[in-house]
Amino acid sequence: MSSSNQYSRSELLAVLTARAIEDRKTLFVGVGIPMLAAALAQRLHAPNIVIVFEGGIIAPQIKPSYLPLSTNEVRAARRALVLPPICDVFFYQQRGYIDFAIIGGAQVDMYGNVNTSVIGEYSSPKVRLPGSGGANDIASTCSNIIISTLHERRRFVKKVDFITSPGYLSGNRSREQAGLIFGKPFKVVTDMAVMSFDDETKTMKVDAVLRGLNIETVLSNMDFRPVISKDVETIEPPTEEELMLLRQIDPDRLMLK
Amino acid sequence: MTLVDVKLNRRKIEEKDKSLRPKVMTLKEAVSRFVFDGAVVALGGCLYSRTPMAAVHEVLRQGFKNLTLVRNLAGYEVDLLLASGCLKKLVASWCAPGYAWGMSKVLRHYVENRLAEFEEWSHLGIGLRLTAAAMGIPSIPTFSMLGSDIEKNNGLKHVECPYSGVKMLMVPALYPDVAVIHGSRVDVYGNIQIDGYVHMDREMALAAGRVIATAEEVVNEEFTRHSGDRTLIPYFCVDAVVEQPFGAYPSECWNLYDTDFSHMNLYQKKVEEKGVEGAREYIQEYITGVDSFTQFLEKTGLEKLFKNRRSFRDVIE
Repeated sequence: MSSSNQYSRSELLAVLTARAIEDRKTLFVGVGIPMLAAALAQRLHAPNIVIVFEGGIIAPQIKPSYLPLSTNEVRAARRALVLPPICDVFFYQQRGYIDFAIIGGAQVDMYGNVNTSVIGEYSSPKVRLPGSGGANDIASTCSNIIISTLHERRRFVKKVDFITSPGYLSGNRSREQAGLIFGKPFKVVTDMAVMSFDDETKTMKVDAVLRGLNIETVLSNMDFRPVISKDVETIEPPTEEELMLLRQIDPDRLMLK
Repeated sequence: MTLVDVKLNRRKIEEKDKSLRPKVMTLKEAVSRFVFDGAVVALGGCLYSRTPMAAVHEVLRQGFKNLTLVRNLAGYEVDLLLASGCLKKLVASWCAPGYAWGMSKVLRHYVENRLAEFEEWSHLGIGLRLTAAAMGIPSIPTFSMLGSDIEKNNGLKHVECPYSGVKMLMVPALYPDVAVIHGSRVDVYGNIQIDGYVHMDREMALAAGRVIATAEEVVNEEFTRHSGDRTLIPYFCVDAVVEQPFGAYPSECWNLYDTDFSHMNLYQKKVEEKGVEGAREYIQEYITGVDSFTQFLEKTGLEKLFKNRRSFRDVIE
């Protein structure tokens, strides 16, 4: 992957996720692609974003090639301006101080509900995944939630096996009716498309597709049929600069597969 | 959902001796006095930051059964407690060793084969359960977990806020029988000071019926008399004071030492190759096969400990 016109799926996902990040906002991220995307955006169009980690870390400055392997370790906390107790970080969010968050997921459904808990039954799972961590809290009260995941049929399922992190639940006004009166799923970014949610039904909606792919490829990698925007935009592939900077952040390819 | 017994748990604290008295003892004594079969044990720190590993080792050596572990984000210590047969239930928001090593094979084996239970809450959910207990109230409201299967699975209840009409989820208090906190320093009475991020240690100590404080250093009363503003956990919560340098190793301790990733790799390699059996081999070799945590540190070697001290500086600078 040394040449700039070639890139891996995770590099592509990191670049497209970075592009979804707005400057001058507070941004809650976990380790992996979301963190790389934040670090990349910081070096490009969003130099003034403030990164927040759930371990109790506000505004750290991550050192390239010293990437944290969890959201609560010294690599994540380096040069942070505030190191509050963990509950406080979530209170800041519940209060409205966190503008954006990026979460991943093993399964995502048509209403943006995310599963990181179990594949199969909860009481006797086929696969016991690590669990919510702060993802449920983020999805419950962060102002704008970005879901970032690879575009695969096994991930984009009709119904998640377990709602770890709520999206629009069963669509229409069900999120609000459940008591989730703050925060909303904002975008879904994959390595093929950028999606949002239909204003009325809250069904996932394809807004843009990567140059060179047709909409049918995007749809055939999903187990449900999303709404398709009237004018689907074209996403430009990663630029040389984006890839170069991204690879400088993770030179050991700890997170870039 | 078991009903929360706020009165019983209040009485436990009312009955405690709150006098200022020295509580310094060995780790062996602290663990044998305050941990028991079937206990609900909370561990301070978060994932591989300030995990009270020395106490975990002592629990394994004394071989308790049917423990329930309460933690916010849990990892390698859960593997050890499961593989040694100490743990029947984990109450946490997340469990895996850390990003580099993927999912926990040991946790998967135990939970997927229904040999142990993993009761999942959100991260704030765990924090609020401890906060409610710490505040002496039976439950506390939040918007987290509303509408999710975490809510359904744990049978959580709602209220309509009487002042705003807003629907809120009520998180039940959680009272661990014993919490173990690893501090930067503690005085002989049990006043705990923690440098760097404090995670959920304050809430956890106040929520628990009994608290074991291990720390890098035990200081005298005079020290705390001049630094009370730095005391996070008051002495009256604490029942045992144990000096244990490098007591969080191989996890990190703020300002003092970094995580020993090479030791984590060594453990993970065994699990990668042999699954649960690999974890048991590790326990035999490094924990039950030695007499004390200090012997374990000797086995891993001074050079490594010094390297982890240097490494923390390298990251920060």
